[in-house]
Amino acid sequence: MTYIQGETGDWEVVIGLEVHAQIVSNAKLFSGSATAFGTAPNSQVSFVDAAFPGMLPVINAFCVEQAVRTGLGLKAQINNYSVFDRKNYFYADLPQGYQISQYLQPIVGKGELVLDLPDGSTRTVGITRLHMEQDAGKSLHDQHPSKTYIDLNRSGVALMEIVSEPDLRSAEEAGAYVRKLRSILRYLGTCDGNMEEGSMRCDCNVSVRKPGQPFGTRCEIKNVNSIRFVMAAIEYEARRQVEVLEEGGTIVQETRLWDTTKLVTRSMRSKEEAHDYRYFPDPDLLPLELDPEWVEEIKRTLPELPDEKKARFMTDFKLSAYDANVLVNEKAKADYFETVAKGRDPKLAANWVTGDLFGALNKAGLEIEQSPVKAGDLGGLIDLIADNTISGRIAKDVFAIMFETPGKTPADIVAEKGLKQVTDTGAIEGAIDQILAANADKVEEYRSGKDKLFGFFVGQAMKATQGKANPALVNEILQKKLNG
Amino acid sequence: MSLDKATVAKIAHLARIKVPEEELGHLAGELNNILSFVEQLNEVDTGNVPPMTSVAAQKLRRRQDQVTDGGYPQDIVRNAPEAAEGYFAVPKVVE
Repeated sequence: MTYIQGETGDWEVVIGLEVHAQIVSNAKLFSGSATAFGTAPNSQVSFVDAAFPGMLPVINAFCVEQAVRTGLGLKAQINNYSVFDRKNYFYADLPQGYQISQYLQPIVGKGELVLDLPDGSTRTVGITRLHMEQDAGKSLHDQHPSKTYIDLNRSGVALMEIVSEPDLRSAEEAGAYVRKLRSILRYLGTCDGNMEEGSMRCDCNVSVRKPGQPFGTRCEIKNVNSIRFVMAAIEYEARRQVEVLEEGGTIVQETRLWDTTKLVTRSMRSKEEAHDYRYFPDPDLLPLELDPEWVEEIKRTLPELPDEKKARFMTDFKLSAYDANVLVNEKAKADYFETVAKGRDPKLAANWVTGDLFGALNKAGLEIEQSPVKAGDLGGLIDLIADNTISGRIAKDVFAIMFETPGKTPADIVAEKGLKQVTDTGAIEGAIDQILAANADKVEEYRSGKDKLFGFFVGQAMKATQGKANPALVNEILQKKLNG
Repeated sequence: MSLDKATVAKIAHLARIKVPEEELGHLAGELNNILSFVEQLNEVDTGNVPPMTSVAAQKLRRRQDQVTDGGYPQDIVRNAPEAAEGYFAVPKVVE
């Protein structure tokens, strides 16, 4: 358990997150206009999205399917009867004057999510609910000195609001939660998880308390748009609350904003009175009823999810929890690894993928999909080590060349550069004889007890063969010649 | 249930309807009449009656996930009191 150290002792942070995840779909939740990102202003807006008089919403069946699929992926209860409500408030980017959402009867109830913590341990966090709702439009405040510009392209796009229980206890856990949720959504294909484009946004509910005491008063930090900011905002807000309380003050329940330039949270006073949303069932929409057979069908076609994949990697491939985590957090990484590992030593494959490959990709700023080294070729490289064509050390050089010159197979590179390992005992013996003759004094020292010199002879032998000598053979021959 | 003037003023504000102070009392009276009329329903036991969601027996209609609408930004902003560069332009609302 991580506590915040205050003047008066330890404080526990209690965090619950509300993640708004944009559903992957072609058309919006209640209209037939498109959902693509980054198009000309108001070009993907129907009269429904702009709330022209008399327009009526008609629900997109695929968005419902996506929400159910997500619920199943979170091992949650699916409610076969759910209701759409109007959440009433006025804002310039909300043309209807209300958001169609779900309030008392959401489509998905209680579920769970397993956190993978940095030390390899796991912790299960409760999901309270998931409901569907419409996104609002986008306000641009910096285009004109006295005007706000409104683009309704996002208005009416389907969102899932996924609410966690107040089960998180540190900024790190909150970060792990968002990462894991994003990973699951991407596996399911229900949200692209792209936080830079706003496809995933997070509201953080934060309070502090002395360990063992009841929950404190919480503040809600709205619309945080990166995992890094989620962690920084929570850390800041928790420390602010501790400071207020230790100075004898009280926490006022309020909505706060994360200031991404000053790196502080501050009060959004204008939101206070807006909290009276006067929810009521939307008279334009009948209750959403699901056929249990249809839900079962979606369940049957769920992909293997990160937790199951991780368990399989640990059992079948004997990988550590840490390595398995690193490999399964993105499906593309897991697929890459499985291609490399197929029919090969899985541990060696994991080392190459998580070590050399991820290191090189990271350095080059590339995603796994853009890797210049294809999984089949990395597998080929491991085969060359396994059948003694090259040593593990030379393999590193070959890998570097593969990374720089995409399309070349490891076998080509080895042949071209003459890197094939020397396994000819005669050739190695010849080289070693020369070295021993040229360093007669060191041979004498070694034989009179200076064991450490063995490494020197190995080094010389490798140097004489440009690193191509089989290291095991070099050791064996040296042992024989020096000690024999 | 009875509404006082302060509550009426709050409801009016939430609905962004401007109600002069001198009309609040009258409005409170009207709203209270409506409320007491509706309150008669409380005399009926509706514990086992599901909420009526539609006058006709029908299910929620669904649409396929196909793009069939949009693509007319000029029409969207045509009636706006003010528009610029394809956007609606409204008085600055900023935190």
